[in-house]
Order: sequence, then structure tokens, then C-alpha cells
Amino acid sequence: MRFRGRARKFGDHIDTDAILPGRYLTDWNRDPKSLGRHCFADFDPGFSSRVNPGDILVAGWNFGCGSSRQAAAAALKAAGISCLVAKSFARIFFRNAINIGLPAVECPDLVEEATEGDLLEVAVDEGLLVNVSTGHRYSAGAFPPVVLEILRQGGLVSYVRARLQAAER
Amino acid sequence: MTLRQTITEKILAAHAGLEEVRPGQLINARVDLVLGNDITAPLAIQEFQKLGLGRVFDPERVVLVPDHFTPNKDIPSAEQAKLVRDFAREYGITHYYEVGRLGIEHCLLPEEGLVLPGDLVIGADSHTCTYGALGAFATGIGSTDMAAALATGEAWFRVPETLKLVYYGSLRPWVGGKDLILYTIGKIGVDGARYMALEFTGETISRLSMPGRFSMANMAVEAGAKNGIFIPDAATINYVEKRAKRPYRLFTSDADAAYAEVIEIDVRGLEPQVAYPPSPENVHPVSEARGIEIDQVVIGSCTNGWLEDLRQAAQVMRGQRVHRRVRCIVIPGTARVMREAIKEGLIDVFLEAGAAVSTPTCGPCLGGHMGVLARGERAVATTNRNFVGRMGHVESEVYLANPAVAAASAVLGRIASPEELV
Repeated sequence: MRFRGRARKFGDHIDTDAILPGRYLTDWNRDPKSLGRHCFADFDPGFSSRVNPGDILVAGWNFGCGSSRQAAAAALKAAGISCLVAKSFARIFFRNAINIGLPAVECPDLVEEATEGDLLEVAVDEGLLVNVSTGHRYSAGAFPPVVLEILRQGGLVSYVRARLQAAER
Repeated sequence: MTLRQTITEKILAAHAGLEEVRPGQLINARVDLVLGNDITAPLAIQEFQKLGLGRVFDPERVVLVPDHFTPNKDIPSAEQAKLVRDFAREYGITHYYEVGRLGIEHCLLPEEGLVLPGDLVIGADSHTCTYGALGAFATGIGSTDMAAALATGEAWFRVPETLKLVYYGSLRPWVGGKDLILYTIGKIGVDGARYMALEFTGETISRLSMPGRFSMANMAVEAGAKNGIFIPDAATINYVEKRAKRPYRLFTSDADAAYAEVIEIDVRGLEPQVAYPPSPENVHPVSEARGIEIDQVVIGSCTNGWLEDLRQAAQVMRGQRVHRRVRCIVIPGTARVMREAIKEGLIDVFLEAGAAVSTPTCGPCLGGHMGVLARGERAVATTNRNFVGRMGHVESEVYLANPAVAAASAVLGRIASPEELV
């Protein structure tokens, strides 16, 4: 899994109410794509129109803290974000991102040095990141095998389906 | 010789079929209960149905509580609730709760005796960590995790390091579990326990009521924790004994268990605490917050919707009037709490004071309904989050406090200490 995209940079402790306000929590069912339009609706109203498909979200400490709403991770994905890089992630958000096949890589050094719009490359399997704009390379350490396998399968549901089928055989 | 372990490690090991586990280890564990609500369960159900199984792992171990946008606030929320209701019927889910009989999930499950000491519980709601007050391992997960657990009855976990908090000293009047947890979050920060277990111990804790413990465990997630947990004691057993319908196991931490860190917290002289917007770590003693004018007060939520909380609020509000500029909304945590509060005359106190009383719902806490704030409005709430726009408009503000401070603030129209009235 390799991703290449422009950095969209945010600060520390961005909570899931900021990523997707509670009032949009009934929208996904009618129109899943609308989640992308509402991403950062109050916090950064221009976000969804600024993002290009494949962009990489770059954030500070504790990204995604707060509510367990999976719609927050889904909103980022629907907005076109391909991969997340943060100094750290809140744990439920991390699980949600992985479970919907959205890689969430912790790499404080890259975040510290990246600026909005930098071209980034992330090689998820190897845990290697490159800021193409600055030429700097970073190592994030590899994910545990189970996390990599969930990502490779495209999310937890496909992963569980494969496991259940394997158990039947 | 086996490794010396914490209560969290022992519960995880027992559910993973292992003798022992170590922090950092990835385990697959059996879960005793899987919980979802009207916000998170619909997506979980749709994901679960993609697996085409036609059955859940155990219909008696799934709990569905449509508590967030109910009684339904609009057509989309009604359709989400209906999706959950239809699923519960089709799959024969034993513990589905309907409006009128339900409660806010984290007040309801302990009250119903559905969560017991030693259990491993996952819930598609971040405040699932509340049940740690019972000596259970309980943690929030997302909808897809819930879908997988509905199918398999299992979930994967990374065994957390434990941060042990030791509280000592006696609490002053009007200071309780809510103040202890706000003070703690103020000390360690909103990611001070990220990915960790928070173990609440010490002489202060051994004297703390069960509702006080629920409030503390409830907000463990606000410090980034995976779970918050208390060692079960006489108070725990007294609480669960009359509610339990199945056997349970009491775990404890070994005296020489390994902790990532041990923090001692002196609570002597601690005042009621107020967390200013926009972060639960932005904590000040109430004496500093006094005087901030407010428009609304919310008393309730999964943090403070217990009968004891309503008693404290009523004690402050008895014979008083809600300030003419203020709307005060009281939301008992469960239908049973509501009925008890009526019997004890607490609801009369609130109504006579000019407060509104609602059927149990998460409602205003997440800016859903029953008290959404307009631009520039300010609320004191006994809820758990004060993020930007949490209760409504992005330019509204939420101050977090205990029920007695909230009640005093409702009467005086500004953030106030209960000692100003009682």
C-alpha cells in the first residue's frame, strides 16, 4: 500500500465533533457522500472544496479524540483523504480508520516538519514516509501483522469474512 | 510463577484464554457483551449484514439502546432508530430497549445488571468505559468493530499499560466523583492516559459511592484512556448483588503488579471543579469560575444522570427559582431513575423551580436535540465534553461541572458554588 498526495495540515487534539459535527450523524444513511461535504463543517468550512482526491491528512497529537463516531473517519475518506499521518491518534479513531481501510500512521517528525501542500509519499507496509517537497525521509515502524492484514483486505468486514470462510473450510 | 498482573491484564487474559498477558501484546478476546445505540448500531448492522450470516453470535449478549436522538427528533433519526428496532426483532435480540422503558445506555446497563464485575464489554460508544466502575474491562469501539463482534463474539485488543491513580484525603461537601475526574484530567491532560488503562485507587476512592465511581470511569476516555477501572469492593458487591442474573468474577490487581506510572493525588481542600471550553482538561476551581453568566443548564447525561446526582441538584434547588435568563433542563438517566426521583419529590423540586424535565436521552450533550445552543450562548452542563460546537452552534460554549454546581448556576444565572445557596 503506497500513497502519494498533498499534505492537508491540522493541529493537536482535533476531536471528532470538529471532524464531523453531531448534527450530521443521521446523514450517512441517506447520502454517504454527503459526509465528505460536511467534513470539518464548522472547524474548517473550506476543507472539502480544498481537498483533492488522494491528499494526505497531517495532524498533531491525539487526532480524533472524543466520540466513537466512525462517521468521522468515514467523512475524511469520503472527502478524498487517502491516508492519515499524525503525531498520535486517539485509540477509537485509530481503530475506526483501520477498520474502514484508511491507513493511520504515527510519525511525529514528519508532522513537525511538513507544511500545508507539501507532496508526501507513504509506504504503509514498510512504515516509510517521504516528504518529496523537502526531500526528507522518515521511518514510522511497521504496523502489527493483524492491522496490516485488515488494511490489505480493505477493512475489518472483509477481514472477518475471510476468517469466517477459512474457519468453515 | 506467573507474572504479577493488574486487574485489567487479568480480565483480558481470562477472556483470551491465556494465563497471562503483557502490555503491548495483541490478543483476540471473547466479549461478554456488545453494545450499540441509534447512532452507531445502524452502520454496524449494515456492515454486519454484508457478512450474510443470518444470526448474531449470541442474541442474549447484544444490547441495543436507541438513546441518542430519541424520542426521535426528525425523520432521519426515526429511520435510524427503526433500522435498529427491525434488526432487534429479526435477530431476536433479548436486550433491546424502547423509548419509555430505556435509559441513557451507560446508566441503564449497570442498573439492569447487564454488566457485572470481571466482564469484558465493548460498546460502539466512547463512554462504554463507564462500566469499569464495576470492576469490568469496558471500552469504546466503532461501528465496524461492533459489526465484527456481532458476528464472532470476539474482538482484538492491544493490552494497555496501566496508569495507577492513588487518591487520598477526605472530600469537602459538594465535591464528588465528577470533580475528582475533572481535576485528574486537568492534571494529566486529554491524552495523559492515551491507549492506557486508568486504575482508580486510594482511600478516597474506597469511600466513594457507586454513582461517583461511574462518573469517574465514564470520563476516563476524556484523558484518552482505553478503559478506567476500579477494584471491586463491598460497595461494588452491594450494587451488583441485587441486580446480577448470572455469576460474576471479582478480579484484583496484585500488590506488586507493574504500572507504567503511579500518580498520587491529594484531594484535601479540593473545590468543585469546572472545565472551561473547549477542552475537558481546561479545569478551574469553582471559586475562579464564579460570575460567568450563562443561558442554559443541563443536568443529566451518562456522566451525571444517576439518582444521587438528581438528589444533589434538588438539594440545591429546593425552594429556589431558576434565574429568569436561564433555561434549566433536567434529564434523568433512566426511566427507573425518573420514577424514583418522582417518588422522592425531586422532580417536584425541579418543576417548582421552573426547570424542564425530559425523558431520558443523550439529547443536548452532543448537540442533538432537547437543548441545542444558539450562537453566543453559554451553558453549564453535567455532561462530559465541552468541545467547540459540541452542544450546538460553533460559537456556543459549554462549561462542565457537577450537578450541585449546575443547579446553583441555574438559580443564580452565573457559574456559582452550591455553598452560595445552601
